[in-house]
Amino acid sequence: MTNKATSVSPLHPDPVSRPIEEAGPARTAVELDRVGKIYGHGTTAVEALHEISFDIRDNEFFTLLGPSGCGKTTLLRTLAGFEHVTRGVIRLFGQDIVDVPTHKRPVNTVFQHYSLFPHMTVADNVAYGLRRLKKPADEIRGTVDEMLRLVKMERFADRLPAQLSGGQQQRVALARALAPSPKVLLLDEPLSALDLKLRQAMRQELKQIQARTGITFIFVTHDQDEALSMSDRIAVMSEGHLQQVGTPTEIYEHPVNRFVAGFVGDANFIEAEIASPIGAKVTCRTRGGLELQADATKASSGQRDAVLFLRPEKVRLTEPGAGTVNGTVRDIQYLGNSTLMEIDIGEPASVIVRQSGDVNQPACRPGDTVGVVLDPHALQVLAE
Amino acid sequence: MAVQVDVPPLAAPVRKTEKRRAFGEVPGLATLAFGFLVFLYLPIAVLVVYSFNAGNIVMVWTGFSTDWYAKAFANEDIRKATLNSLIVAVSATAIATTCATLAALALARGGSFRGKVVSLGVITLPLMVPEIVTAVAMLVFFANLGLNLGLGNVILAHTTFCIPFAFMPIRARLEGMDTTLEQASRDLYASDWETFRLVTLPLLMPGVLAGAMLSFVISMDDFIITLMVAGAGDTTLPVYIYSMIRQGITPEVNAVSSILLLFSILIVTAYWFTTRQKPGAKSH
Repeated sequence: MTNKATSVSPLHPDPVSRPIEEAGPARTAVELDRVGKIYGHGTTAVEALHEISFDIRDNEFFTLLGPSGCGKTTLLRTLAGFEHVTRGVIRLFGQDIVDVPTHKRPVNTVFQHYSLFPHMTVADNVAYGLRRLKKPADEIRGTVDEMLRLVKMERFADRLPAQLSGGQQQRVALARALAPSPKVLLLDEPLSALDLKLRQAMRQELKQIQARTGITFIFVTHDQDEALSMSDRIAVMSEGHLQQVGTPTEIYEHPVNRFVAGFVGDANFIEAEIASPIGAKVTCRTRGGLELQADATKASSGQRDAVLFLRPEKVRLTEPGAGTVNGTVRDIQYLGNSTLMEIDIGEPASVIVRQSGDVNQPACRPGDTVGVVLDPHALQVLAE
Repeated sequence: MAVQVDVPPLAAPVRKTEKRRAFGEVPGLATLAFGFLVFLYLPIAVLVVYSFNAGNIVMVWTGFSTDWYAKAFANEDIRKATLNSLIVAVSATAIATTCATLAALALARGGSFRGKVVSLGVITLPLMVPEIVTAVAMLVFFANLGLNLGLGNVILAHTTFCIPFAFMPIRARLEGMDTTLEQASRDLYASDWETFRLVTLPLLMPGVLAGAMLSFVISMDDFIITLMVAGAGDTTLPVYIYSMIRQGITPEVNAVSSILLLFSILIVTAYWFTTRQKPGAKSH
C-alpha cells in the first residue's frame, strides 16, 4: 500500500494532486483588489475586511473558510451587492462591479436559511429571476423544468415552501439561484441548517451540479471538512484578513501560519529556536532541549524563534529508544476509525498522535513509555 | 412477547392536592365573572331583542315584528347618515392605511435616520391622547383655518385618528418579516419597485388588511370627534342615533343600533380571521 501514488490508474487521476493548470489557462471570474470594509466610523469603527486581494478562476469551486466573524460572509455580501465596500475594487470578468446595484449583477445567491418566497409555489420561486429578466414564457417553463430536474424536485413544482422539508427547500433555493444561469453562484453556508447525513450527501451533489453547470461557485463555510472535500481552492480568512489561498492539499499539508494550521485540521505546535543556518532543512532546539530537524522552506532568513508544526497522523510511535524521543502516554481517546493519544515528550505542550488502527503500532496504555518518531519531512517551520 | 407478567401497579407518589388551583376553582370567581359578562352584554342583548318589538313603547314587549327595521330603512335621514358613515369610513380607512403602510415601511426598512424614534412616538401618540382633547383641537383647528369641506372635514379628522390603529398591525407584520426575502428578490434581478410589489406587499397584506379593518371599525363607531367636526348636513350614523335618543327612545333607535353592531361584529370577525392566518400555511 505504500506505492499508492504510483498505482493510481490513469483513468482515475487523483483529483487533489491534479494541478489546476492542466485545464488550460483559466479565465479570472472574480478579481478582488485590496477590498476593505469598515462598519461605523470614528472610535466605534470595526474593520470587517482588510485589504483582501485574490482571484477566483472561472468554473472553479472556490471556498471562503474561516471562523464566524472572520469576514467571509461580509465578503460574499459585497460580491452580491448587499454591502458596499469601503475601499478597493471588485471585478467580475474584468468589469468593475463596485457601483453596480444588486439587481444588475449577473450573480445569484443561495441564502443560509434558503429565503424562499413563502407566498409562491416552488415553480414560481424558480421562475422569479427569469421573469424579472423578461425571458419568453416558454423558455422560462423549459428552464424551470430543467432546474427542478437538476435538483430532483420536479415532483414538487406546485408545492409551497412551507410544505417542504429543510433539505427540499435547500434544493429549491439552489434551483432558483441557478435558473438565470449566473456568471457566479454565491452560497452562504447553505448546508449548515441540514443534519449531518443530509449535509454529507448534499456536498457530493453540490460538487456534481457545479461540474455539470460549469458555473463558478463561491462557497462560504466555517466547516473545514466541507471546505477540504468540495473545493478546488480555498481562501482561509481570520479577523478580516486573508490568511492563505490554495488547493485543499496546500492548505492542509503546507499551511502558511499557525492560524491556518490550527483551524484546518488538528495540529501539534512545538516552540523552538533555530540553531543552524537556514536552508531547506534546519536544526531547531526546543524549549524542552530537544534537537529536531525540520523542513524550513517557509522560514524567513533572519528568523530566530520558530513554531514547528506537525499533523497528529504524521507522528509514528515505536519501541522506547527507537524513536526521535521517548515519551509517556498521558491519555488515550478511542474514536472508532482512529485513536488519539496524548504523549508527554518533556515539552510545554504534549504531542497529539492519531493512529488509524495500524497493527504495526505497539498497543499501549496511559503511563507507558513509547518511542516517538518526529519525521523531519513532516515537521515544518511555520512563517512568523 | 409471550410472557405476560401481571405486576400490581406500584403506588405512584400522588400529590394529594395541587398547590395552585386552576383559575376557575377560586371560590366565587366563576359567578363573579359570569355576573360581569351579564352586566356587559345583557343591555346589548336587550337592545337587539327589543328592536324586533312590535309595539312602539321601548320596554314593553307586544310581539315580534321587523317593522322597525323596515321603518329605519325607509327613513331618509337614517339612510343619509349611513351613507355618510360609509363614505367617511371607507375614505378615512383608505387614506389612513396608505399613510400607515408608508410610515411602517419607512420605519422598518428605511435604515436609520434622524428622528426615527420621535416619528414612531408621534405616529402612535393619538392612541394615548384623550378623544375629547383631539376633538376640541380639531374643532378649533378647522375653525381657525376656516376650512369647510363638509364631509371632507370629517374624513380628515377620521384619517388622523385612524392612522395609529392601522399602523400597529402593519408594523408588527413588517418587523416579523425576514429582510433576506427582499434581498433575495433584488438578487434575482428585481428592481426596488418590483421587490415591493411582488414580495414585500403580498407578504405584508395580512397586516394591511388587519389595519384597514381596525380603522374601518374605529371610524364607523366614532362619535365625539365627529360630533364636534361634522357640519349640519354631514351627520354620521352614531351622531344621528344620539340625536334620535334626545327626541325619545323608539325601537327604531334599537334597530339602527343593531345594524351598526352587526357591522362591527362582521368586521372584527374578519379581522380576527385575517390576523390568525399564518403565511404560507394555506394548502392547495
